[in-house]
Amino acid sequence: MANLKADELGVKVASDPSLTTGAVPAKDWMDTPAVFEPGNYCYQGKSEKVEYISDALKNNPGLFGEPRDWDIESEDWKLPENWKEIIINGIKERLDKFRSFKIFMDCCVRCGACADKCHFFLGTGDPKNMPVLRAELMRSIYRNEFTKAGKILGRLAGAREMTFAVLKEWFMYFYQCTECRRCSVFCPYGIDTAEITMMGRELLHLVGVNTNWILEPASNSNRTGNHMGLQPHTLKENVEYLCDDIEEITGIRITPTWNRKGAEVLFITPSADVFAEPGIYTAMGYLLLFEHIGLDYTWSTYASEGGNFGLFTNNELMKKLNAKMYAEAKRLGVKWIIGGECGHMWRVLHQYMDTMNGPADFLEVPKSPITGTVFENAATTKMVHISEFTADLIKHGKLKLDPSRNDHRKVTFHDSCNTSRAMGMLEEPREILKAVVNNFQEMPENTIRETTFCCGSGTGLNTGEIMDLRMRAGLPRANAVQYVHEKNDVNTLGCVCAIDRATLSALIDYWVPEVQVCGLSELVGNALVMDGEKEKETGLRFEALEGMEG
Amino acid sequence: MATIDHNGKTYNVDEDGFLTKGMEEWDQGWVEYVKASEGIGDLTDEHNKVIDTLQEYYKKNGIAPMVRILSKTTGFPLKRIYELFPSGPGKGACKMAGLPKPTGCV
Repeated sequence: MANLKADELGVKVASDPSLTTGAVPAKDWMDTPAVFEPGNYCYQGKSEKVEYISDALKNNPGLFGEPRDWDIESEDWKLPENWKEIIINGIKERLDKFRSFKIFMDCCVRCGACADKCHFFLGTGDPKNMPVLRAELMRSIYRNEFTKAGKILGRLAGAREMTFAVLKEWFMYFYQCTECRRCSVFCPYGIDTAEITMMGRELLHLVGVNTNWILEPASNSNRTGNHMGLQPHTLKENVEYLCDDIEEITGIRITPTWNRKGAEVLFITPSADVFAEPGIYTAMGYLLLFEHIGLDYTWSTYASEGGNFGLFTNNELMKKLNAKMYAEAKRLGVKWIIGGECGHMWRVLHQYMDTMNGPADFLEVPKSPITGTVFENAATTKMVHISEFTADLIKHGKLKLDPSRNDHRKVTFHDSCNTSRAMGMLEEPREILKAVVNNFQEMPENTIRETTFCCGSGTGLNTGEIMDLRMRAGLPRANAVQYVHEKNDVNTLGCVCAIDRATLSALIDYWVPEVQVCGLSELVGNALVMDGEKEKETGLRFEALEGMEG
Repeated sequence: MATIDHNGKTYNVDEDGFLTKGMEEWDQGWVEYVKASEGIGDLTDEHNKVIDTLQEYYKKNGIAPMVRILSKTTGFPLKRIYELFPSGPGKGACKMAGLPKPTGCV
């Protein structure tokens, strides 16, 4: 079926000009410059944010360059005089520090298996969005500076000098990668392009090249404990407001506790869950679930953010922002931690937290007080994903569920890049869905699980000024949603990530507007039969239940 | 940094046209400017109620309210807020009230 919107965007990978260069490539990639135009770049970081972050990390000076006002479209980015030296030294330092980076710089044979696996390449048709070429942007400099062949043969060996044009190219294409790692699934060497992008962004930060959409939430998180910048009284009031809605819908009054010492479990979720739709409905699901099982838990106003935009800048900021979780768990004396529905948060928690800010010896290996299940997979991190926790409750028959309360929804499931590929959480969300809805339909198999397609706006690319790029990058995902919408009448896209809830809402509203986006815990909350509840006429977003429309 | 001149006054704005100094620079002239640029017809008491509510909330919380809190406090359903401010509560109403744009997973 012809898709007019696809035609509008000119998404024809083989023949149409790419958005970023505005042309069908006719020259060698090294001779094709990156040109910034409104709509193809994220706004630069505000100087006061750079200043604030640098001050917060003053024990590690220089990580964010000099605070200044600069203009991305200008030919003068007001870089420090020795910026090349800073970059080259930065590469050297990271080659010594990260063995993976050195291997990934050395071992690609340019077989091209990754080329058409990237959603950014599929959506923009820009060759520099082929993961292999994105990595070459960095490798070419590595060869020139750090390999004999590159030093002697130069361009013949795929080497080139670090120039301002290269720096611009890095800024463009390391911010057209969402570190989703789909390409790495297909790489015969297992090269993780996400790590190359991470290194690229770290290096750019060293010379003060950055985006505000990442630095501002990161600053907020350092200052208030969360990306949104919600202060303690606001957080509490927002959650109380959600409890008012829950009472109106179910007749049950929930009174969650805050910063409570001695609670068994600390609960930490992305702050957008208590601020923006549709995340707030997911949060209502958490509240209902914990009430249902009588969990002894507390929220925190200090560790009030699950996500970590520091991950999108550099190792040190990620570490600092993450440190609040263990610090708060220790202060409150909880036994272990449950984390909410988030994607990138789980890359940080699952892969870095225990070595970065641990060991958390003061915590116990997580054990469900309801089922007795010991979460061995979280034995070192001490932190369990809400979907793992919920799936275990369902498996042991500990939840009273009425899936018919979700009969107005025909649901498909979007695996978040990070929970699937970085964490391996593939079955739990599906076990939950099978228990809480009667209509669950998978998208085509090459678009889910390990090979899931990214929402197109992760890693801090979820900002409004690059909406056109986002709609392109999310096209492969939206295409799969459209397929199950047309074939199976799917009207709901479930996910377990706060960035997804925000970005898929925009994406799906554009491509498949008949479909709604929701967190899995919202569906759990809808299906839960609470003790003492009144007859439910609506779901958590006040939508009429099937049979209750009139 | 961009500026906007309107009726003899200069306002500092960010890339999306929000006041960078927020309520410090906000005045009735700004409201008139945003009204014109957002294609809003007559400014009514309902517009003013939304603006007052946003500013009052911001002073207490340092952030814009959840859309549903705005709705509840003003008594206007979301649909009405979109009728008053066609660009929506964030891009339209917050801009007119001199509040910054929320960032993060939104």
